[in-house]
Amino acid sequence: MGSIRLENVSKSFGEATVIPSLDLDIEDGEFVVFVGPSGCGKSTLLRLIAGLEDVSGGRILIDGNEVTDTPPAKRRLAMVFQSYALYPHMSVRGNIAFPLKMAGEDKAVIDKKVGDAARVLNLTDYLDRKPRQLSGGQRQRVAIGRAIVREPTAFLFDEPLSNLDAALRVNMRLEISELHQQLATTMIYVTHDQVEAMTMADKIVVLNAGRIEQVGSPLELYRNPKNLFVAGFIGSPKMNFINGATAKGHDAATIGVRPEHIALSTSEGLWKGTVGVAEHLGSDTFLHISTEGVGNVTARVGGEFSVRHGDTVYLTPEDGKIHRFDADGKAL
Amino acid sequence: MATLHTRSSARLMMAPAVIMLLVWMAVPLAMTLYFSFLRYNLLTPGLEEWVGFFNYKYFLTDPAFGDALVNTLLLVGGVLLITVIGGTMLALLLDQPFFGQGIVRLMVIAPFFVMPTVSALVWKNMFMHPVYGLFAYVWKLFGLEPVDWLASLPLFSITMMVAWQWLPFATLILLTALQSLDEEQKEAAEMDGAGFFSKFVYIVLPHLARAITVVILIETIFLLSVFAEILVTTSGGPGTQSTNITYLVYTQALLQFDVGGASAGGIIAVILANIVAFFLIRLIGKNLEA
Repeated sequence: MGSIRLENVSKSFGEATVIPSLDLDIEDGEFVVFVGPSGCGKSTLLRLIAGLEDVSGGRILIDGNEVTDTPPAKRRLAMVFQSYALYPHMSVRGNIAFPLKMAGEDKAVIDKKVGDAARVLNLTDYLDRKPRQLSGGQRQRVAIGRAIVREPTAFLFDEPLSNLDAALRVNMRLEISELHQQLATTMIYVTHDQVEAMTMADKIVVLNAGRIEQVGSPLELYRNPKNLFVAGFIGSPKMNFINGATAKGHDAATIGVRPEHIALSTSEGLWKGTVGVAEHLGSDTFLHISTEGVGNVTARVGGEFSVRHGDTVYLTPEDGKIHRFDADGKAL
Repeated sequence: MATLHTRSSARLMMAPAVIMLLVWMAVPLAMTLYFSFLRYNLLTPGLEEWVGFFNYKYFLTDPAFGDALVNTLLLVGGVLLITVIGGTMLALLLDQPFFGQGIVRLMVIAPFFVMPTVSALVWKNMFMHPVYGLFAYVWKLFGLEPVDWLASLPLFSITMMVAWQWLPFATLILLTALQSLDEEQKEAAEMDGAGFFSKFVYIVLPHLARAITVVILIETIFLLSVFAEILVTTSGGPGTQSTNITYLVYTQALLQFDVGGASAGGIIAVILANIVAFFLIRLIGKNLEA
């Protein structure tokens, strides 16, 4: 109860095609993250599933039932919006109770469900406040509360953390992941932040210009990106791409090496370079190095590594961790 | 922000304007107040004398006063009812995307630019005239007896005219308020299972509350003093059926030349307006708080 299937779904706004035909299967209970740069169609795809936009072609099935022409309220999905979209004139209680009230539930049932949701989300003390009296994180939780009381077959999240500050974002990320463990309901989560995608997802769907570039578990995408786009998008800092003679030496048009798969030394190595910027984080050191014949390379060293701007370092890519791509950007 | 020095010089600079405004306001009010205690009739010049509250007693016990008071409240209430409800519905309609939106919106606003005397004459002669008015034509089309609107339903007719004039104002303000409603909120309500009607009641109407309050307050100020429409159509008649307080003061002053009585009426009108304002603020003022 909670599998979603897209068959040949496409969407165009007038002349502009946002999503050329795509297929996607989402299993029951999965945490799926749609990730991609802004304008890649990930939010549109979510809105198509929610029913807030009509598909231009194809079919959407939830639990095997066709819902392509079903209005949003009848799809038994709940959505958390980027702006939270709380109702400003209603109290927290009123906001969370609203979907139940619309469904014509009993007063007693509503009270119980709202109370339960508030307890799960630590909102019990705030039930009588108005949204404007809450902090960003609390508003976020109210929006989630409004979604869970409906007991939907799937939750849809549209960049829910993008309005929060960095520290809160990490917290809410954990809370949403925990919620998923508790409820074991299908969740679809849209973000442009690959860290959110990597940390939360069971399955990541990487989108680019409306096309699905690759679908897989976070580590699958990390280990075996299918193409240059996925390789560059997943992982932070970005994978280094090296063209030219060095790539030829590996029988490829482009090779990619992740910053964490480069061994650094001040005395010897394969590539020689000069440190441009050194970012010392304590736990890691990121070095931006311009290397002779290879170009600019970012490298990560665990712990502290005391080099400064202008120092000479030697880099050696780890064996077996080099990704090879052909001229079309496909992985070899 | 300002230092003591700049603040006092700012006060000095503003003083002429403030004093001017104060004088502009206070002197006529004081003179009205003063006249209201005099026997002051333009037909008997030179015989002014202090009569205390006689003018007030005379104005308040005038049988026309009670009618005028009721008519004023009915007129204000009726116009408010029509413009707020009609304005909300029109705003909802105009908020939908359709071809020629810009020109239609412009046309809807147009009545607000027509002078009250002109619009009243247009209504009187082109719509409500029992012989060649448009309404008479429609009535006859259905085989009905044409209604002599201004004679048989004078207050209702004037309410219609005034409401027609103020409908665009309400529509415009409510339309802008409607456009500021967050799109995601509407979508959230849709996902929560709210139909058109529930969405209107639970999401749109609360969002419009503040704008509706502003419409009611501003319109009340102007509607308490409706005059031109009455003067050019019914002249307050038949009898006192369409006389409001403003018109009663006018008949007192300029038809009966009783300046003292008219002044007393004016002061009473000011007091009445304040009473209405007091109740309005008590009733809907909380909507204005952020």
